[in-house]
Amino acid sequence: MSKDNLTNNNAQQYVTIRLGGQLFGLPIDRVQDVFMPENFTFVPLAHQKIAGVLNLRGRILTAIDLSKVFDVGAVNDTNSERPAVNVIYGNESYVFLTDIIGEVVTLNNDQLEANPVNLNSEWAKTCVGTYRLKNELLVILDIDVLIEELLSQDAA
Amino acid sequence: MDDLLTEFLTETNESLEVVDNELVRFEREPDNAQILDNVFRLVHTIKGTCGFLGLPRLEMLAHAGETLMGTYRDGAKVTDDGVSTILESIDQIKDILAELEETQQEPEGSDDELINRLLILAGVVEDKNNPVAEEKVEDLKAGKDEQEEAKEEAKQEETPQVKEATGGGTLGRELKPGEVSLEDLEAAFQNAQGPDLSPPKEAKKQTPAPTKKAKGEASLANQSIRVNVQTIEDLMTMVSELVLTRNQLLEISRRYEGNHEESEFATPLQRLSNVTAELQEGVMKTRMQPIGNAWGKLPRIVRDLSVELGKPIDLDMVGAETELDRQVLELIRDPLTHMVRNSADHGIEMPDERQKANKSKTGTIRLSAYHEGGHIIISIADDGKGLPTQKLKEKLLTQGLASEAEIASMSDNQIQKYIFHPGFSTAEKVTSVSGRGVGMDVVRTNIELIGGSIDLKSKEGFGTTVTIKIPLTLAIIPALIIETAGERFAIPQLAVSELVRVNMGSENRIEKIKDAEVLRLRNSLLPIVRLTNLLGIENKNPDKKIKSNSTFVVVAQVGTRSFGIIVDEVFHTEEIVVKPMSNMLKEVSMFSGTTIMGDGSVIMIVDPNGIAQAVGTTLESEASLEQDEAQAVKKDDGSISLLIFEAGSGDPKAVPLSLVTRLEEFDISTIERSGDRNMVQYRGRLMPLVYVNESGKQQKDGTFSLLVFAEGERVMGLVVDRIIDIVQDKLELQVDSNGDGFLGSAIISGQATEVLDVGYYLPLAFADWFERKEQVGPKTRKLLYAEDSPFFRNMIVPVLIGAGYDVTAVEDGIEAYDLVKSGEKYDIVVTDIEMPNMDGFTLTRCLSEDKNAANWPVIALSAFVGPASQKRADQLGMFDFIAKFDRKGLLDALKRTEGVIDVEVAA
Repeated sequence: MSKDNLTNNNAQQYVTIRLGGQLFGLPIDRVQDVFMPENFTFVPLAHQKIAGVLNLRGRILTAIDLSKVFDVGAVNDTNSERPAVNVIYGNESYVFLTDIIGEVVTLNNDQLEANPVNLNSEWAKTCVGTYRLKNELLVILDIDVLIEELLSQDAA
Repeated sequence: MDDLLTEFLTETNESLEVVDNELVRFEREPDNAQILDNVFRLVHTIKGTCGFLGLPRLEMLAHAGETLMGTYRDGAKVTDDGVSTILESIDQIKDILAELEETQQEPEGSDDELINRLLILAGVVEDKNNPVAEEKVEDLKAGKDEQEEAKEEAKQEETPQVKEATGGGTLGRELKPGEVSLEDLEAAFQNAQGPDLSPPKEAKKQTPAPTKKAKGEASLANQSIRVNVQTIEDLMTMVSELVLTRNQLLEISRRYEGNHEESEFATPLQRLSNVTAELQEGVMKTRMQPIGNAWGKLPRIVRDLSVELGKPIDLDMVGAETELDRQVLELIRDPLTHMVRNSADHGIEMPDERQKANKSKTGTIRLSAYHEGGHIIISIADDGKGLPTQKLKEKLLTQGLASEAEIASMSDNQIQKYIFHPGFSTAEKVTSVSGRGVGMDVVRTNIELIGGSIDLKSKEGFGTTVTIKIPLTLAIIPALIIETAGERFAIPQLAVSELVRVNMGSENRIEKIKDAEVLRLRNSLLPIVRLTNLLGIENKNPDKKIKSNSTFVVVAQVGTRSFGIIVDEVFHTEEIVVKPMSNMLKEVSMFSGTTIMGDGSVIMIVDPNGIAQAVGTTLESEASLEQDEAQAVKKDDGSISLLIFEAGSGDPKAVPLSLVTRLEEFDISTIERSGDRNMVQYRGRLMPLVYVNESGKQQKDGTFSLLVFAEGERVMGLVVDRIIDIVQDKLELQVDSNGDGFLGSAIISGQATEVLDVGYYLPLAFADWFERKEQVGPKTRKLLYAEDSPFFRNMIVPVLIGAGYDVTAVEDGIEAYDLVKSGEKYDIVVTDIEMPNMDGFTLTRCLSEDKNAANWPVIALSAFVGPASQKRADQLGMFDFIAKFDRKGLLDALKRTEGVIDVEVAA
């Protein structure tokens, strides 16, 4: 990619994460931190997609297991030793548990393609679109919708 | 907002509170010139500042009030009517201020009528029809004189000048902000400092007042500064962090000591620990406010009640300077007000009754507050008639809350405590003030929510004392750290009354009555719950089970109910900083928050109230195993709590209590209009009002009763004429409705009662809530209904039953499918789409693969009807796809399914 493209207003940077075999992208301006969580506290009675709560530098954050959200097999069964990203949602902050965190990519907004019509409806709700990378497809997540979905499921 | 305006609002609101109370005092001591002076000066200051800020409406009103007070100061006789009218004008000023705060604009409108009344009372205006109209030049001059007069605090001014001054006030509206004369400005400036500086001087001169409040506040004002609440909140958060870090350090240091290593950090760490503790205490203190702030409005309320009910009542307040955290203060304000109202309404007898009982004509309500070991104790005592134990017993029996045998074994005190039971009221009839039997229950819940407890002592004929015990702060609490199934939890110390170690062999052992576990504890039998069961966690560590012949029982007390919680391990007590739960976990009612431990790990704080609620039903049945069978049977055969009320015609109307979120009462004057709809402000938002009886709209004064219905964000108030009672009965519609808004009639408590169709009224408030529906001819067919929202379940099930279906309602797809798999047969399935565990689409697919269920028509209900879901429904072969709020559509679809089935049977 040329340097022009990087500074282009249409360009957006994404943190890539891998869940099962699928590559996902999170808008970088929403990602606060990438870290290896140490101690989870299990929350009884909470939604099963919630991995627990953890202490990140004095703040208590709720961790969401993205593998369970997208129903793709987790590499490890245990929650620890799985990399996590800390994302901002309004005034709150949540932690997404992933399988692998990859590099940051810069992509042009024009190349974002709509979800294929036959995409699983659960996925279609939370994915904004897809980029065709050289070797594979990158699915871009809508963090707001994803968290709102979970909040409403929880309330149900 | 403009700084100047903000300052003005804060100051004026404070002044008005003082004015309120001083006026009530003044009414009783009309000869006390000092009180009058004080009030006069405060109102005068308000008036001056208003003029300065260009708020003509407020200025005129304040001026008129001041004029009337001026005549009193000059020796006119003080009348009840006069004081009432002044109070009314103060209320009006408050209303205008509230709007001013919101919009930053003085609201449109006229107070001529009120001003006129004030002036008539002041003797300045004789004729109602002819408000004063004098020449402008003179008025301005008069206005100036008036200001000067007040500045000098000269009492000997002659009446004529006051008369002239009035003219200035009435014409004040013609003074545009820019036109304020120099003299006025100067006077306003000089007066603007009034409320901060002058009250102390005044207060010191006073002879000891019956209420200590004025004095306490005044001496505080002398050396206090205003700090933004947010600043203090931020400080508090920082200190919380500091406490956590200190705890972490202490933990590390303890580890060293454990290894018998001398740490050179030990001494400085100890100092740090002490300083932190002091700092924590200091910051805590800044958040403290005298409880008198929550009492501020009470003298006025009691005064108004005393006039309304025709009972002379004295309000005696002791310990107003007792301090507590402002967060807690806000939370107890309403419960306190409610209880004082209760005392005035139910507690205190009418004067003639009191005389017969050899009591003084005037009743006394005594409010007191004091500190006791990290708690504040507030008691509300009246010298009224006390709680009638005999009547309570009868009521308990008729309401089926206790059996005769149980009542016989209860002490008077235990019986009296039933007034905290939901739906219990001692008042024979519901008055406008209280008696709906919802109040005391709500009070108890509110108090318990903040970790407090409430107790009651009453002696018939001598009065009632309610004692409330609440923690001083909610931010940092002592908690017991326990472990169960390998997970650590914190239990707030406040709820823990003792710890018991249980051994299989010893006399402290757990016994079983059927499945209910109980513990003999001294003289009582304590019901036991296991935390693992409540939290749905399994013991991951089987080694522990072997040891478990010796376990710990945490004896917890929530309200009047005690129970034991079995835990694996008890560690120690620790001061923990309560951190709120993230929104995503709000639904988990078993926990009230989270906290960070010394080692940096996060643990959940168990909410004793949540546990009490969760085990409440099981516990009640466990604790009263010998409870009479009849009642149990009655409960099983589908009787529900019904709220009986009156609206329009005199016949009783009913609505299932579970549908009603709250019962409220509002003053007619709080109704606001928006377009052609009436609204009230309710918990910080506008709530549309819907009238069961349209003529209720015409009511001009007094109060009105409301049933509040809420679902998610939307709240609506249904106005009824009168709330009568809450009864337990079966809801069986016997006669179809002949009018809109009612489902039909049923026999409730032996009387024909119309059953309200809530679904008819909801869309009147929110067009998109539902659409109205009509009854369908009855024919008993079995219907399976899956819906996760209790609100919609409560809403739709009566409709389905009303339409003649035998309804089985379940909470999600899995439950529904389980029933089908177990061989249950249904004629129709109605299902919600969005449900946890198994959604409606999946359920439909599962059913279509089931040999029994494949032909059952499935009707989907969904909040979101979009082309995509519609298409999916078609693909799955669903019979119909209907919006949740379209009940007519639902009933139509149900009708059509009958056709389908008939055809199939015929074929």
